Amino acid sequence: MTFWVLLAVNSITFGGLLFLLSAGFSLIFGLMRIPNLTHGSLFMLGAYVGATLIVSVLNTSIDFWLAAILSALIVAIFGALIERLLLRRLPGEPLAQVLVTLGISFMVADFCLMVWGGDPISVATPSSLVGFVRYGVAVFPLYRLAIIGIAAVVALALWLLLERTRLGAMIRAGVDDPDMARVVGIRVSQIFTIVFGLGAALAGFAGIIGGPILSVYPGLDQDMLPLALVVVILGGTGSLLGSFVGSLIVGFLYNFGQALLPELAYFILFLPMLLVLVLRPQGLFGRQLP
Amino acid sequence: MSHKITRRKVLAGTAAGAALATFKFPAPAVAQKAPFKLGLLTVKTGPLAEGGIQMEQGVITFLKEKNYMMGGRKVDFVSADTGGNPAGAKTKVQELVERDKVDVVLGPLASFELYAISDYIIQHKMPTLSLAAAQDLTQRKPNPYLLRASATSSQAMQPMGHYAATEMKLKRVVTVVEDFAFGYEQMGGFQAAFEKDGGCVTKKLWPPIVTPDYTPYLAQISDCDGVCQGFAGSNPLRFMKQYHSFGLKFPVCTGETGGDDALLKSFGDDAIGLVSACPYTLDLENDANKRFVNGMMKNYNTVPGFYAAGLYVNCQVVDAGLKALGGDASNKEKFLATMKGLSIKDTPRGPIKFDHLGNVVGNIFIRKLGKEGAKYGLKLWNKTVKTYENVSQFWVWPEKEYLAEPVYTRSYPPLKKC
Repeated sequence: MTFWVLLAVNSITFGGLLFLLSAGFSLIFGLMRIPNLTHGSLFMLGAYVGATLIVSVLNTSIDFWLAAILSALIVAIFGALIERLLLRRLPGEPLAQVLVTLGISFMVADFCLMVWGGDPISVATPSSLVGFVRYGVAVFPLYRLAIIGIAAVVALALWLLLERTRLGAMIRAGVDDPDMARVVGIRVSQIFTIVFGLGAALAGFAGIIGGPILSVYPGLDQDMLPLALVVVILGGTGSLLGSFVGSLIVGFLYNFGQALLPELAYFILFLPMLLVLVLRPQGLFGRQLP
Repeated sequence: MSHKITRRKVLAGTAAGAALATFKFPAPAVAQKAPFKLGLLTVKTGPLAEGGIQMEQGVITFLKEKNYMMGGRKVDFVSADTGGNPAGAKTKVQELVERDKVDVVLGPLASFELYAISDYIIQHKMPTLSLAAAQDLTQRKPNPYLLRASATSSQAMQPMGHYAATEMKLKRVVTVVEDFAFGYEQMGGFQAAFEKDGGCVTKKLWPPIVTPDYTPYLAQISDCDGVCQGFAGSNPLRFMKQYHSFGLKFPVCTGETGGDDALLKSFGDDAIGLVSACPYTLDLENDANKRFVNGMMKNYNTVPGFYAAGLYVNCQVVDAGLKALGGDASNKEKFLATMKGLSIKDTPRGPIKFDHLGNVVGNIFIRKLGKEGAKYGLKLWNKTVKTYENVSQFWVWPEKEYLAEPVYTRSYPPLKKC
């Protein structure tokens, strides 16, 4: 019983972290039509920058939450620059754009290795969230429960942004039909930069939020990118609801797959992705791309 | 005015340059006086880079200490980055042997890299001092050109099994390690030794190498009084942290990678109490280790772990072998036999010698992680609680008996009912 409760709750918390990672990936994929293979690197970069800020900047350590927001901002600027300076120069060439993002991901990985070295960095859990909650005999870390709350807040904020603001309406228009959006006077290329920056910010934020659980180490980028890819293909590109539901599904598949059939863990994780690609290529909640 | 570069000018320039180059660097007349070429296969990029960078630091620390001289000859050091994969190892070993014409190869890091280049080493009769733990290359399928001064995968885990049963008084242990050969061999050794001394392994968990979240495995740790983990790279850090955050309290023991001294600066308080078995310990107070650790601190401002120590010891072996031959390594068979016959007292891990298969016989240290005795600006420290001396790859079993058993796998030794 304890075992099942523990796994179920953990599936939701892991899903929460995946949502933070993949929401931005999904938006970028939906709008720009390219899988941004730098996304894992942005996650790792956010984690490294955040971990550095927490430890020390000019010998004054920064609070965990402030560090999370600052590193999200820094990664956002980096993301916006990638879009503005590199991807913008390759309009209408999705293959070249994907290759550029792949190239950047290798460069970021080497950059991080050069700056932070090969030793893994442990990120301390924020002091207010140390400890665990007891439910019967099941024990659950407080910080992981907090991640569910953080993911919910971010999901709500993103929903409001996309559904209730003018910018959101423009992004949705760009996702649905970029040519028509241009015709009615939306500067789609500017929206590209904003969405890329926003997606990068979310990835960087997820990186530092995941830090106390995952720690930061070379290779973190390659560990996380496939998970984001599965989430988005399952849920459907450009759909917020899709990445939310997709994250939860992957959270459950990951946890129960590894616990019950560890030999087939990756099979179980990727099989639904294959089925969706074959039977419903637009994903569970995605719209057919024009 | 135009400065056209014609093909003729280019040719003339190249020829002049080539002539100058030959003039400036005349070919050595006597091979004896040529520098000794030391090649290293390591990993400086990708997920295995942490250990790989340490390997190079270990070599350079040795060379700096000796002023780049080995056995009276100047040393030319060539380092190659394999990227941590078998194909890369194959390419780079070819470069080292055929292009750079090295006299000896140090490395590689990972078992699958060593398996990939094993045939090539035999073909080219290249003396190779590896760190990779792939057991069978000094056991059932021995490679005669291989020397291993570090340890086989289970060489430290076997004493750990003995210690867990007799001193930690554990009875029922759950093992958890990555799902690959190094993991099988570590836990096979642990289980065999632990069960020989009355313990019982109740469950074996095999997470994939890439496992961001260990919770699905942590949830299965129950009905036991101890845990043995054998993680490598950055995984031990994450495992210990998550283990602690779920309030698990069973004592944890591990091998050389799971409690590596190089991780001390990254571990948090959640790792306190971790008992590890390792062929090297930062804690050892002898002259060689003092020289080595001070060198590492001076050169890199970091403490060494067993990757750096392993390569430093490898260099000592090469140096001593070369000295014994008066600096002449041209006869590779003789050079290899000389190194294999060495017995070196003053290494950072204490005295070592080799068995007839080319694997080391030496100390295995049991350490307990805590705050006591921490030096070099570290907050945590692996304190040696017991030293097993002259440990061979066969532990207490006779060689014949050991080699008659199959190699350790996921399912061997099998789980017993207990």
